[in-house]
Amino acid sequence: MSPIQIQKPSVLHRHKDFTVLRRSGLGLFLLGMLVLIGSLGMSDYRITNASLQASEGKISTERIQLLQPLVGQHYTSKFAALEAIEANLRNDAAINDYELGVAKFWLLKNAATGVLRGNTVLLFLLSIVLATIGGLLYILPQSREGLPGIKNNGIWFNSTMARGLIGILLGGLLIAFYIFLYWYPYYIVNLIILADPMSEFIRNLPADQWFFYGLLYTLTIIVMGVRMFVKYRHSRYHLVRTASVIFFQFGFAFMIPSLLERMNCPSMDFKNAWPLNYSFFMDWNLNTLLSSGNLGVFMLVWGIVLALVVVPVMTYFYGKRWYCSWVCGCGGLAETLGDPFRQLSDKSLKAWRIERIMIHSVLVFAVVMTTMQIVNFVSNGSLFGNYTWRVNQWYSFFVGAAFAGVVGTGFYPLMGNRVWCRFGCPLAAILGIVQKFKSRFRITTNGGQCISCGNCSTYCEMGIDVRWYAQRGQNIIRASCVGCGVCAAVCPRGVLALENGPEEGRYREVENEL
Amino acid sequence: MSKHLVIIGNGIAGVTTARHVRNRDSEMKVTIISKESGHFFSRPALMYIFMGHMRYQDTKPYEDWFWAKNRIDLINATVQKIDADHKSLLLEDGKTVRYDTLVVATGSKSNTFGWPGQDLPGVQGLYSLQDVELLEANAKNAGRAVIVGGGLIGIELAEMLLSRNIAITILIREDAYWNNILPSDEAELVGRHIEEHGIDLRRATNLKEILAGEDGRVRAVMTEDGEEIPCQIVGLTPGVHPNIDLVQNSGIETNHGVLVNEYLETNLPDVYAAGDCVEIKAAMEGERSRFEQLWYTGKMHGEVLAKTITGERTKYERGIWYNSAKFLDIEYQTYGFVSHQPRPGETSLYWEHPEGRHCARIVYKTDSHEVVGFSFFGIRYRHRVCERWLREKRTVEYVLENLGEGNFDPEFFKQYESEIVSKFNLQNPGANLKLKRRKGLFRRLFA
Ligand SMILES: Cc1cc2nc3c(=O)[nH]c(=O)nc-3n(C[C@H](O)[C@H](O)[C@H](O)COP(=O)(O)OP(=O)(O)OC[C@H]3O[C@@H](n4cnc5c(N)ncnc54)[C@H](O)[C@@H]3O)c2cc1C
Ligand code: SF4
Ligand code: SF4
Repeated sequence: MSPIQIQKPSVLHRHKDFTVLRRSGLGLFLLGMLVLIGSLGMSDYRITNASLQASEGKISTERIQLLQPLVGQHYTSKFAALEAIEANLRNDAAINDYELGVAKFWLLKNAATGVLRGNTVLLFLLSIVLATIGGLLYILPQSREGLPGIKNNGIWFNSTMARGLIGILLGGLLIAFYIFLYWYPYYIVNLIILADPMSEFIRNLPADQWFFYGLLYTLTIIVMGVRMFVKYRHSRYHLVRTASVIFFQFGFAFMIPSLLERMNCPSMDFKNAWPLNYSFFMDWNLNTLLSSGNLGVFMLVWGIVLALVVVPVMTYFYGKRWYCSWVCGCGGLAETLGDPFRQLSDKSLKAWRIERIMIHSVLVFAVVMTTMQIVNFVSNGSLFGNYTWRVNQWYSFFVGAAFAGVVGTGFYPLMGNRVWCRFGCPLAAILGIVQKFKSRFRITTNGGQCISCGNCSTYCEMGIDVRWYAQRGQNIIRASCVGCGVCAAVCPRGVLALENGPEEGRYREVENEL
Repeated sequence: MSKHLVIIGNGIAGVTTARHVRNRDSEMKVTIISKESGHFFSRPALMYIFMGHMRYQDTKPYEDWFWAKNRIDLINATVQKIDADHKSLLLEDGKTVRYDTLVVATGSKSNTFGWPGQDLPGVQGLYSLQDVELLEANAKNAGRAVIVGGGLIGIELAEMLLSRNIAITILIREDAYWNNILPSDEAELVGRHIEEHGIDLRRATNLKEILAGEDGRVRAVMTEDGEEIPCQIVGLTPGVHPNIDLVQNSGIETNHGVLVNEYLETNLPDVYAAGDCVEIKAAMEGERSRFEQLWYTGKMHGEVLAKTITGERTKYERGIWYNSAKFLDIEYQTYGFVSHQPRPGETSLYWEHPEGRHCARIVYKTDSHEVVGFSFFGIRYRHRVCERWLREKRTVEYVLENLGEGNFDPEFFKQYESEIVSKFNLQNPGANLKLKRRKGLFRRLFA
């Protein structure tokens, strides 16, 4: 048998081949990530009077006093350091777990010395900045390879995107990251130290885990937003809405709150509407706002107007999409970082049933909690007292952190990029109810052109079986549809169009003489 | 006892018949027998499985529980023989299935033209799931593929192989792509786009024979001009013909396809046919019989037939012609009739974007200016609106002034309607048409 003669593909000979550049980009990205993870081991911890003083303002002076016996101690392991710190703090019997966590975080962070502290800027460049540059180098050349158009080639053969080994590992990594971020931030103080120079520069404050997270989140949306610009460069709808989510993340979620903090004002993400913003009506927030003069009052009024007026009115005119795939931070991440995973959403009827039960339960939970918060605030704590605090705790733990964070993002590579938005977000539930019953939005089906191919359903991140409607010539109006427009983009026959129009006949099966 | 309807073939035609019968009659026993796949899938989606856009299960329009829930029985087997006298079918495993009503919906088969070497390993067509599996095997270690025959399946096969970085040569007999259907401007636009993708498009080139290598697999093709093109895959896509293997010698009348009248009835009582496999006899003397080998016509056959089977004998009327396809990155839609060669008494307005990836054609009667057909490349148009314009016999002037109403592109897309209108004004001195309806954010916001 003669070996099969293989000609080197001269295919795409008109298009440049950037494989080398892209591989190097990927290499740099992975290197940056490696440095980032490596930084976790780049400190030792020395408790000094200065390090204790630095934690003042975060922890009460009396508690700091408890640590005096440790001054002069040097630990090479953060675990040993944390153990000692905790043992000493426990001498105050009144300390609760939450306070303990905060104290451990700041005490350890301020005690860190060594390579990382000495070269923070350099290591920031070598980790986060390098990964960003690498990511861009990997992504950008794709705009010169091949022609614009939908290119979903090989997605289901790809280990990352088709729930293969890499996908599962990636999911695990993301889940682990969120668990540390929410519940054990003191184990990852070194990551947060990396963000110190940036935090000092923007906010004039040392970085906490939320600043670090916000920075990472924003950079991710920008880099993966660039990927969206490249991938969907033939579709202006996607270009515009991607620019929009980048703008709202960078401006509203990241810069404005940071600058407010710099100016010592109460901080607020002005686009984060209740009940997604579940802490808005918590007493501490209301107290802060009410004691912060005009700005505070403005924030209070705006938060209420946003939830009660802007959200329903905008949804009436444009559908849920104005928020979920144009403005929202969770949506912003889902539409950028999450785009490669959209096909993993479950399209079955069963999933739809579970979705409706879950999301509306969370909504009920949120409404009950908020009612308690408000009643409690107005009655000065006399009505529900401690229960409110308990319920807040539960909500923050189960919904705010576990669902929105760990599952919401950690499950991207496992169940698609909208797990939170689809099954958990109470704001999405409200937007969905408006969209379904009182809105001008619909996805129009173009007569009889559908070939039932299934691209629309496959790439619907909300798990909507778009084809079910399209092949019957029926318009698609589903509470969960976030109007990402990808179903319309991937349809090879031009069957779907997102439209706002008169409400009458919105649900109509298109007159079609089939 | 309720009657037993048996449908052979679980393609769009057979399945639509079954679904609509069930909608209209909850009693009738319905069985579908088909070999290729256990469940109904979308044949036009085959390419996306190979390209990794979808998995096989994603191409199934209904979840697997759907059939049992709607009491549509599925048998995954080949029907070997139809015994019309005893109203019974013989399956491959020797079992028999009795029917009261029979629908033949056996689809098509790929054409071949008896080329020497067409049965060599590495040579194949593209019609079935099994063809996709075969292509998967053939694509391993392939450096170049030669596709013989243009058309819609040829271009899909090319796109599939392109996604695996296999170099492609397409041989077409014509001197522009699909120009037996497309007018020459469009055929050239498509040809340019094919070449833009790095595909080697050989116009006016005929296949002479397919050559085997020492390993017995295809090694090269030889054209009629004597050129040898080395390749490891040969895709034969010169069209399809009705699959009538089963029906022949069963007493059911056939010609090229299963012969039916406008009610989709065959010559035998209680035996009907639908979809790709039918040949609809001419209604009038002098007309030609029709083949309709499309997804939506298969669906329409099924819908009409379900009425007839459930007691409301209904004539099949296709209505105004339309179709759509995609040539690599360029979508194509057509409504009404656009002839590939100018027909006497017709004028056509053709506009093409300088970049060469968008164009529009509006064909109208020279005397009355009544519009008879549209075709669009790279712009989406609204089926309902185009169909209404055609039905209402609107003039080209009316259509142009209202063109924006028909635009179906996503929001924020560049709109070309005013350029199309200007083109008309330029070609028709004296005409000074203005676009009255744009598709616009504001128009739709307040509509
Ligand atoms: C690659 C490709 C792309 C296409 N793209 C488009 C498109 O974009 N738009 C469009 O309009 N059309 C398209 N078509 C055409 C369209 O798919 C067909 O018109 C349609 O599928 C025909 O449906 P049908 O139900 O008549 O037959 P089929 O879908 O062929 O179904 C018939 C079934 O019957 C089975 N069968 C046959 N004989 C027997 C037997 N003796 N026993 C048991 N089972 C049997 C066959 O195995 C087959 O599964 C495409 C076709 C192909 C091949
Ligand atoms: S139906 Fe379409 S627009 Fe709506 S969420 Fe799904 S893919 Fe996006
Ligand atoms: S992608 Fe388009 S053609 Fe395919 S099933 Fe969906 S609407 Fe129909």
